[in-house]
Amino acid sequence: MSDAPKESVVALSAENLVKRFGKTEAVRGISFSIPRGELYGLIGPDAAGKTTTLRMLSGLVRPTSGQVRVLGVDPFARGGSKMREIIGLVPQEHSLYGDLSIEENLDFFSALYGLGRKEYIERRARLLEITRLGPFLARRASQLSGGMYKKLALSCALLHQPEVLLLDEPTNGVDPVSRRELWELIYEFVGQGMAVIVSTPYMDEAARCHRVALVHAGQILREGAPGDLVRSFPGTCAEIVGGDRERVHEIVESLPEVVAASPAGARLRCVMVPNGEAAVAAKLAPEGAHLVPSPPDFEDLFLFEIAMAEHGTKVAA
Amino acid sequence: MSDGPSSEHSIEVSHLAKAFGTFKAVDDVSFHVEKGEIFGYLGANGAGKSTTIRMLCGLLKPTSGTALVAGFDIAKNPEGVKRSIGYMSQKFSLYLDLTVEQNLEFFGGIYGAGGKELRMRIDRALDEVSMQELRTTLTGALPGGLRQRLALASSLLHRPSIVFLDEPTAGVDPSSRRDFWKLIRHLSQSGTTVFVTTHYMDEAEYCARIGMMVAGKLVALDTPAELKRTLVPGRTIRIEGDLVASAVPSLRAHAGVIGAETFGAGLHVRIDPARMKDDQVAALCTAAGARVTLSERVDPTLEDVFIAAADAGAP
Repeated sequence: MSDAPKESVVALSAENLVKRFGKTEAVRGISFSIPRGELYGLIGPDAAGKTTTLRMLSGLVRPTSGQVRVLGVDPFARGGSKMREIIGLVPQEHSLYGDLSIEENLDFFSALYGLGRKEYIERRARLLEITRLGPFLARRASQLSGGMYKKLALSCALLHQPEVLLLDEPTNGVDPVSRRELWELIYEFVGQGMAVIVSTPYMDEAARCHRVALVHAGQILREGAPGDLVRSFPGTCAEIVGGDRERVHEIVESLPEVVAASPAGARLRCVMVPNGEAAVAAKLAPEGAHLVPSPPDFEDLFLFEIAMAEHGTKVAA
Repeated sequence: MSDGPSSEHSIEVSHLAKAFGTFKAVDDVSFHVEKGEIFGYLGANGAGKSTTIRMLCGLLKPTSGTALVAGFDIAKNPEGVKRSIGYMSQKFSLYLDLTVEQNLEFFGGIYGAGGKELRMRIDRALDEVSMQELRTTLTGALPGGLRQRLALASSLLHRPSIVFLDEPTAGVDPSSRRDFWKLIRHLSQSGTTVFVTTHYMDEAEYCARIGMMVAGKLVALDTPAELKRTLVPGRTIRIEGDLVASAVPSLRAHAGVIGAETFGAGLHVRIDPARMKDDQVAALCTAAGARVTLSERVDPTLEDVFIAAADAGAP
């Protein structure tokens, strides 16, 4: 990672990737190209094909058809398995030795990557400070809470500072303060030229990616910078003021114009189909509640796009 | 009935503590939870949330202090506690090679139900989590969000008056999380007490009251609105634009700034209105090289509360 970032160099690419498991088509023609120094998000609901895509990119699962290139090399070609030493992968589960302590896991991965003693000591100290795992060094990985395990898994993957990093939901169960710090760390590596592809169920994290692909049922629905996607939000977003929150919540959930609703303080945040406000407002008036327009955020966009993909004809008014 | 239920509150915790060697995982914690309340228990990883839950479920003996759960003393009558509660742990286990229905039969059997009674309970539990049509589906074929719902169903089979949910939605996408919380709201409306931990601060908005744990201690306990008022003093300014995250260090260095944090692609900057004007925040960001497209006063969120509490309570 001593080279200056070369933004134009493609670090990771997928071309028309397809993966079938028996009759199930988990991935149905996914293509993208990620340059060095880019943070790219794979965002989608459960079972959208994100994990399968990441497994194909890492060379662990052979695509049914289509191509993967990691730094120009096909990981499935002869000798391609060497790529696995250059890339870093944090899978969703079980990437550590449960019967080894935090310290022993870090030692093990350092030895595996052939890190020098001084280099290891410095990086370890930094990672332990950011993750706040220092006080728990002697605790076995199998005894860690979900969030602490995730922090350790990410730390182990970052020890050797790979050029390409694949992260499958790296912050599930990680608390909000540590999540910010882990993302600052990822950003720092990206700034130095690391290419990172990440899947996450946290929409605030999705909004921090340079580009995202919204994935649904094995296909990319939308791709672009999160800010651009939000600016082109086709639905309507508002907050409901007044009325009994619980009762209003019950009412709006049953309306076909409402894609999603969730509490935001005393208000209820509401994502609606295009031009759905009038119908919703009419149902709210008898409850003493009304709509206040609110700019959409990335989570609103996600909820809208996925609902459209799932029951598009039903909700598209 | 000397060991029978005897408490007005659903959960009553008094000076509860748990030490592992010299490490105080839970340090002198006291609170109560009302019947039918949705009670949120928030804190950083390792703050003592899961240890508290395991004690309240009768799975772990406290070092000191007492707690009554559904009227049963957790130290003297852990079996009484276990009969009255449902528990969905972080690492909930379902048998992936069994169908949805078979998993429920298995867990129902553990609680001692069988025959017609068990079939009725399974029916009701499947209704509660809206999974009737998935009865004969293999659990391994279910996406994560539905597995979570099945785990919830299995913790409801014996009609507990309290359910403990330890990060039930970790890793679940936004629409599935809303579906899951719909179930939790309905449980609460039907009188079941819900004790829940989460790292999604938007979910904490559903809670009637929230306890904030920092390093084993309960540092705050109140309604979401009160926590925002008391723990997030000053004014919260939301900043959006390009490269705004790079302005955080210079914002934090300013005397009028109480705190500055990234929120998605933007920032939340807390300022002392006596020492700084709203529009100075954007000016500082611009001076630091950011291109600000939006600067507005917003209400603090529970994520602001979490960060403020973690800062204030940090050892």
